Amino acid sequence: MVAHAEDVVPPRPALLAFAARWLLTTNHKEIGTLYLWLSFTLFFIAGAMAMVIRLELFQPGIQFAQPLFYNQMLTMHGLLMVFGVVMPGFVGLANWQIPLMIGAPDMALPRLNNFSFWILPFAFTLLISSLFMEGGAPNFGWTFYAPLSTTYGPPSTDFFILGVHMMGISSVLGAINIIVTIFNLRAPGMTLMQMPLFVWTWLITAFLLIMVMPVLAGVVTMMLTDRHFGTSFFSAAGGGDPVMFQHIFWFFGHPEVYILILPGFGIASQIIPTFARKKLFGYNSMVYATVAIAVLSFVVWGHHMFTTGMPLFGELFFMYATMLIAVPTGVKVFNWVATMWRGSMTFETPMLFAIGFVILFTIGGFSGLMLALVPADFQYHDTFFVVAHFHYVLYPGAIFGTMAAVYYWLPKWTGHMYDERLGKLHFWVAVVAVNLTFFPMHFSGLAGMPRRVVDYSLQFADFNMVSSIGAGLLGLTQVLFLYIVIKTIRGGPKASARVWDGAEGLEWTVPSPAPLHTFETPPQFPPVMDRDVDEGTPIRNE
Amino acid sequence: MTETRNSQRKSVILLVSLALGMFGFAYALVPLYEVFCEVTGFNGKTSSRAADPANIPDARLASSDREVTIQFLAHVANGMPWEFRPTEHQLRVRLGEINTTHYYARNRAAQAVTGQAVPSVSPGYAAKYLHKVECFCFTQQHLEAGEEQEMPVRFYLDAELPEEVHTLSLSYTLFKVPDRVPQRVPDRVAVR
Amino acid sequence: MTSFAGRLKCGLMTSVLWGFSHPAAAVVLDLREGVTDMSRRIQELHHLSLWICVVMGVVVFGAMFYSMFAHRRSRHPQPANFHESTLVEVVWTVIPVLILVFMAIPATTALMDIEDNSDADLTVLITASQWKWHYQYLEADIGFYSNLTTPDEQINNLAPKGEHYLLEADNPLVLPTHKKVRFLVTSNDVIHSWWVPDFAVKQDAIPGFINEAWTRVNEPGLYRGQCTELCGKDHAYMPVVVHVIPEAEFNQWIDDQRLARELASGEAVADRAKTWSIAELMTIGEQVFLGHCATCHEPTGLGQGSTYPALAGGVIPTGPLTAHIDRVMNGKADTEMQAWAPQLSDRELAAVITYERNAWGNATADVIQPRAIYAAR
Repeated sequence: MVAHAEDVVPPRPALLAFAARWLLTTNHKEIGTLYLWLSFTLFFIAGAMAMVIRLELFQPGIQFAQPLFYNQMLTMHGLLMVFGVVMPGFVGLANWQIPLMIGAPDMALPRLNNFSFWILPFAFTLLISSLFMEGGAPNFGWTFYAPLSTTYGPPSTDFFILGVHMMGISSVLGAINIIVTIFNLRAPGMTLMQMPLFVWTWLITAFLLIMVMPVLAGVVTMMLTDRHFGTSFFSAAGGGDPVMFQHIFWFFGHPEVYILILPGFGIASQIIPTFARKKLFGYNSMVYATVAIAVLSFVVWGHHMFTTGMPLFGELFFMYATMLIAVPTGVKVFNWVATMWRGSMTFETPMLFAIGFVILFTIGGFSGLMLALVPADFQYHDTFFVVAHFHYVLYPGAIFGTMAAVYYWLPKWTGHMYDERLGKLHFWVAVVAVNLTFFPMHFSGLAGMPRRVVDYSLQFADFNMVSSIGAGLLGLTQVLFLYIVIKTIRGGPKASARVWDGAEGLEWTVPSPAPLHTFETPPQFPPVMDRDVDEGTPIRNE
Repeated sequence: MTETRNSQRKSVILLVSLALGMFGFAYALVPLYEVFCEVTGFNGKTSSRAADPANIPDARLASSDREVTIQFLAHVANGMPWEFRPTEHQLRVRLGEINTTHYYARNRAAQAVTGQAVPSVSPGYAAKYLHKVECFCFTQQHLEAGEEQEMPVRFYLDAELPEEVHTLSLSYTLFKVPDRVPQRVPDRVAVR
Repeated sequence: MTSFAGRLKCGLMTSVLWGFSHPAAAVVLDLREGVTDMSRRIQELHHLSLWICVVMGVVVFGAMFYSMFAHRRSRHPQPANFHESTLVEVVWTVIPVLILVFMAIPATTALMDIEDNSDADLTVLITASQWKWHYQYLEADIGFYSNLTTPDEQINNLAPKGEHYLLEADNPLVLPTHKKVRFLVTSNDVIHSWWVPDFAVKQDAIPGFINEAWTRVNEPGLYRGQCTELCGKDHAYMPVVVHVIPEAEFNQWIDDQRLARELASGEAVADRAKTWSIAELMTIGEQVFLGHCATCHEPTGLGQGSTYPALAGGVIPTGPLTAHIDRVMNGKADTEMQAWAPQLSDRELAAVITYERNAWGNATADVIQPRAIYAAR
């Protein structure tokens, strides 16, 4: 088609070609781009739902959302943010970066890669379409506790179950692809303990995905048979136990929480050394700490269930195991600080987001430690204190992590530098907005405001108003981010191959923008990171 | 190249089996959870089996002087048109001794209704020390329109009951067994 | 520690701990102290863990901010080259472990006391259902429902909100001071959670299972909490109100409750003897409907989709009378339609059924007398 560019090209074939290119692509960079745009799109949709929630909570009383609709909003917000924004966002980064960082020509299973992605738009269309169904969308919270979701769930619950299955299959296939790629396609000479930390954290995340997404699939299948085929896994009437739902769900759910954060750890571990111009401190302990966090994540699920009537020994076990997670997490934070220590730091936008990540994530970690103490958890549980906790972990963790990564690698992807002034503006407004939104939630929680309420008593009004104002500001920063990304794609100062003078690693040896096909012959490892490398010529072995 | 192919295939097969295995594991968690609960009394569910006659203590040998209070509670689920209540609210019982109490049920509806009672004990860890020799909860109950019935529970408390337990509560929730679904034969309810 | 950020954090946290006054109203930033020994212990535990986190935060972030200031490129152009130290790694693994042990000890002892339900003076069975609580005093054999009393006008912003907006109930749970009260908590439908922040008691209500908790309140007063587990549409409208009074008053209150029950049964006899006119029943019925049914079926009787079916022209209210009585009295299995027989009197049931069969154009002209309800009990 390109060959006949001089001819009058009828618009339809061009459109078809465009569609075919993106529908059928098996290129890891194009699929990565697709994942990132899907994630970004859903970020706006799920964010809009958060705006509805904050608008309703701006003042006591019912103003904008009736209770049933409000419950649908908070459920869909949670589901979409977890499964539609953070996970595909990280998978998009993995698709782009893992082959580039390990010197592979593509993912090991490119057609599977295409399939994994294209399941997702259908899964989320299905999930979002439930909003327009009779009886409304799922309204039982993203944790869908039985029996509210089984016996009492709206008809659309079945579509939700199907959607979860599709997302699960996509995640598991994506994870398999990532593991096979990392194990088989590393540049000659790159041992596992020489892999960039982002690749390491993703390797561990992928194993977590393979181990827990099927458990999620299992639990929703049990829901389906409970709803329609006469089983009673979760209904006391037939000899089942609703609490068992929570055990199985959180057996998935707690590792899932780490799935949402480990790649963020990897991103911070790439960015901080680059801008401190100093090697990552304690590489080995970083890897071991990540493995320890992943392993421990399988034995702490009970800390979500302290008020379900768990016996003393269970409470003690889960309390101690949960507190233990603070140790490897602490090691990671200390290592980041030690990496910065006596470095030679500059603070470009990716570095700002990475530092914001470390500080605010740690605040979320602290409140997590407080929540681990069972007697105190009896007071905190299911209040806005918990909402504050996990938003501190997830917003500055997962979302800041992804944004840091986007600013860091966007010049590599597009060949253009983003607008540094706007990037910094984005960061500072976002930091203010995040804290304005989520910090007051600690106080409303401590004062006794339960989570997932459409309306609240007057004593919580001030905190909620501040949160809502912060949330509005936070919503606006996303528009700024979108503008910056589009502006960078369309033009801007040309980026060099290495982009950042402190950057290390194979991805910086290919030109910017990275050509569609890279490392068709395996690169030399370790790479020669020379500032004088001729731009535009990838360094290749032989 | 073929070497990479082979090792790739091997990894894929291993990982897919891992995923399938974990799907199975989710289901394996169900019986594991039940065994775990039965052993530890995690959720306060009493054994749905009648106590083994061989283990039933001989009344004459009832060894303990220790007495505890046991409270009887009744709940009726939505849509169950029965009156359902214990005939006595509490009982002082001696450990090791067999006691009998009754629950009263009356079908208020104009048609026959089948019900299933589900027991729960609090504190949960005491559940495994409560042994039922006979209980209406072992089977489904069927009452004709307007029919009433006193249903027995014969039980004894293990002498091993932890010291700190002075009061136990035994609760039954009565559910309506749906007419359209074929009556589920509860596999764990063995009537001896 | 002397960094600006450290000081800022310190100042912030101090105000977190002690609360600061607000020109309009006192803004409390701390976890509530509450009125039981346990709630105070938990508050102390909260302070302990918060302060440990603050100190750790000051140290770590202090080092970080110092580094960002001192080791920025303009001041420190040549980066150092170290990137490993086993000693340092061991140190910052061991120190947190010690701190955690230090935190775990008071948490463990408090927890063991929380789980000690033995030797209670009084047992209250708390049964949750959508969206109300039922309290049953096992020893005294008294029971009643506790419903939200905040009027719809306040919720819908048509009237100014009262002081205890959403935290007010018609029949509070009444407890005596200085007595160990054991709570048995269960549910009739979905999972709820009973929470009184001032007692530091939070226990999930799980259908088919009973959970335990206990408290001993030393100060008389009215204490307010809420359901804390998402339990459907009106989760936000399920207040917990507890009125704690001295023991002598409590005993008097128990006697009053018994007397009231006798009076009510006398009233019920009179209700049955009387033949009620449709106008009387429609008036009472409308009130009952608005108070209990309208939250789902809407005051217009139009319902909300298939989950809460329309009663105007509905199958049940225009169908056979016995089926209608059965549905209202016993509820419908596996739906949010609960059994109203235990909650309403014969007169109220008769009135609301009459109302549903004759309001919104449902022209059955059926008049249901309280004695017919009594017969169906």
